[in-house]
Amino acid sequence: MATRPTAAELADYEAQADAWFRENTPKDPGFMLPLTFMEVSTDQQFEFLCNWQRKVYEAGYLGASWPTQYGGGGQHPDFQRVATKVMKKYDGPIMLNAIGIGWAGPLILDIGSEEEKKKYIKGMLSAEDIWCQGFSEPENGSDLGNAQLKAVRDGDEYVLNGSKIWTSLGDRAKYMILLARTSNEGPNKYAGLSFFLAPMHAPGIETRRIKKLTGEYGFVQCFFTDARISAECLMGSEGDGWQIAMKTLEYERGAKVNLAGGYFLKELDAMGVVELARESQRGGKPLLDDPVMKDRMVDFMMDIQALNLNNQRRRMGPLVQDRPMGLALMNKLARTEMIRELTEFSLAFQGTRGGYYVDDPCAVDNGYWHRSYLNSFSATIGGGTSEIQRNIIAEHVLGLPKGR
Amino acid sequence: MAFSEGNLADHLGGLGYSEEQIELMDVATSFCRDKSPIDKVRKLMADERGYDPAVWQEIAELGWLGIAIPEAHGGVGLSMAEVAPIAEQMGRRLLTTPFASCTVAAQALLAAADEAQCGQWLPRIVAGEIATLALSEPHGDWTLAHVEAIGKASGDGYALSGTKQFVAYAKDAALVIATVNVDGQVRLALIERSAIADGALRREIIIDETRRTYELTLDGITIPASALLDAGRSTTALGQIELASALLQAAEMCGGTQSAIDYTLEYLKTRKQFGKLIGEYQALKHPITNAYVGYEKARSHMLSAAHNFGQQGVGEIAVRMAKASADKAYSFAADRAVQFHGGFGFTHDCDAGLYRRSAIWHASQFGDAAWHRAKLADLLF
Repeated sequence: MATRPTAAELADYEAQADAWFRENTPKDPGFMLPLTFMEVSTDQQFEFLCNWQRKVYEAGYLGASWPTQYGGGGQHPDFQRVATKVMKKYDGPIMLNAIGIGWAGPLILDIGSEEEKKKYIKGMLSAEDIWCQGFSEPENGSDLGNAQLKAVRDGDEYVLNGSKIWTSLGDRAKYMILLARTSNEGPNKYAGLSFFLAPMHAPGIETRRIKKLTGEYGFVQCFFTDARISAECLMGSEGDGWQIAMKTLEYERGAKVNLAGGYFLKELDAMGVVELARESQRGGKPLLDDPVMKDRMVDFMMDIQALNLNNQRRRMGPLVQDRPMGLALMNKLARTEMIRELTEFSLAFQGTRGGYYVDDPCAVDNGYWHRSYLNSFSATIGGGTSEIQRNIIAEHVLGLPKGR
Repeated sequence: MAFSEGNLADHLGGLGYSEEQIELMDVATSFCRDKSPIDKVRKLMADERGYDPAVWQEIAELGWLGIAIPEAHGGVGLSMAEVAPIAEQMGRRLLTTPFASCTVAAQALLAAADEAQCGQWLPRIVAGEIATLALSEPHGDWTLAHVEAIGKASGDGYALSGTKQFVAYAKDAALVIATVNVDGQVRLALIERSAIADGALRREIIIDETRRTYELTLDGITIPASALLDAGRSTTALGQIELASALLQAAEMCGGTQSAIDYTLEYLKTRKQFGKLIGEYQALKHPITNAYVGYEKARSHMLSAAHNFGQQGVGEIAVRMAKASADKAYSFAADRAVQFHGGFGFTHDCDAGLYRRSAIWHASQFGDAAWHRAKLADLLF
């Protein structure tokens, strides 16, 4: 790995990055941009975000720390961290190819063959090759290990039959990281799973767009009907699938890995909600003069601060002695539920204007708050529902028995 | 969707701890567990004094009464941050003593008393003599500056009149620090216990049976002029009293919340109905998990309040958040503790009731969650 830069080198680099992002971060394109990589609905949005990612990559601010021989910048990871920080400062659009550079890329760099690295890495950084993920199935949501999509070896090929769902960018992706069942034998349901880097243009793969609660598109259901892919698409050996999938999920959680940089989700700004409340009216007076509204707002501020403190505390051993895993395991539940409640509350501020929705010229912030609230369910449902999270905390932290 | 709290965090305090704090936490954890098993708590509930003098003596010998008192006055010279973990463990084991009263009384003296007054009282407090505060009045207002008791110049001193309530451990105290109104100004008055006739104290019947408080009739009590603290520092002192009290309460309440949850979990893991452990039912599993999440949030706020105590602005916000958050967490956890114990929960023998009553007590003193949120609104918006 490249050597650690000095403070002066980093400061120089930051100044360069700052100048570049100030100059190049796109202004309002005149149409709505997705808040996350999961809700890319139109060709216009897709092309805009592809162009932006390619531009950032070509300027050297994406994949800066990935090896040069595969298309990266070969620099120390500290440089990429600085670049991402500056990107955030100028509030640039998201990086589109999340599954590529966030999951598949780190995985291929970690355990992929030389050929795979050469074939895939550069295209995912430049957004030329968009990636999607085929894990969830219609009948296996929370129970991922029970995946049933069949992959049967036939000479130099695998024949795929089954279906995947909630596939973000599935209608636009060139490749899919795919968890499929190659066997029903073995000691448990996990043993028969295998992992593929599958091309999406193979005959027999069809996608159907799914319209979301928000009215946007962004993910699809994929149908595999005798679809044939090369046997070279298999990653590792047959039966390694579960282990590789779990490794991939660790990258999602930001485990120790050399990430490509950038961000895939826009962050909701806590103080933005306060600003919205300040400019809203009740009885001709500012909303925040209303003691009830004020009280609820304080409650949210306390909640936000509690999560912020929890995140600091979970890394402080002496302050988490009694239940060391508690704060880590509750984070997803507490955070996603808080965002759901806070964005719901933000609709109440708006009075009659709360009746408008995205794209009406009179909608407050073009319906940003409505969209944020409806989208907040993607986090309280996706990645393990809040109800499953409560079971996990109850069983793994509080030691309560599993329900039968 | 992700969430950025960075810009909010800039206005609020962060988290940290000192080695001394952790050492005290460890010692207090075993001390309180060993000295205050639940059968002893119940025995002391029936005792007139309400605490064990031998344990009180040990607390003094451990130096805990002087932690936030400067070395020059015989203390340890640390801060309220190091007192909080002790209060937390006391709350966890329902070990109630004059500890909080003495600690806050010392803070009041440090905030408003002169060198001579500090020199006279602080070493005695460190040694285990009891000092307490007489702040509340029959009007029930949490605003400490709302004082109707009177101090009227009389000869060389002042004649006091009016009624004070919830004066903790007044019967055993050597010193009572009372707020009185002197010519329209709130002043802190040092009243030696010897100046208080036994008949002026009435033991109050309070919701938390592990504590002792008294109503104090000030009529007939006179104090020398030297017993009034600096008028110019009254407001600061009242602020210090309120925040120090709220911090210690938040800490005790976090400890109590932890116990209420642990006590209930034990029941959910052993009690069977319809052939199942009741902890298998999500109708009980999920609310107790919510109680636990609330507890960890409250504890983060409390540790932040301890860490930031004394920081101008940030400290007050952190303490009020801690008390408000602890009230919410303790009330919910203890309320569910009663309910989840079913018929047994309705009996006086079930410890859930002790925690529920303790939470009500704490909410009633120095402001409940809603009151602190109202104060926070003024500080934040």
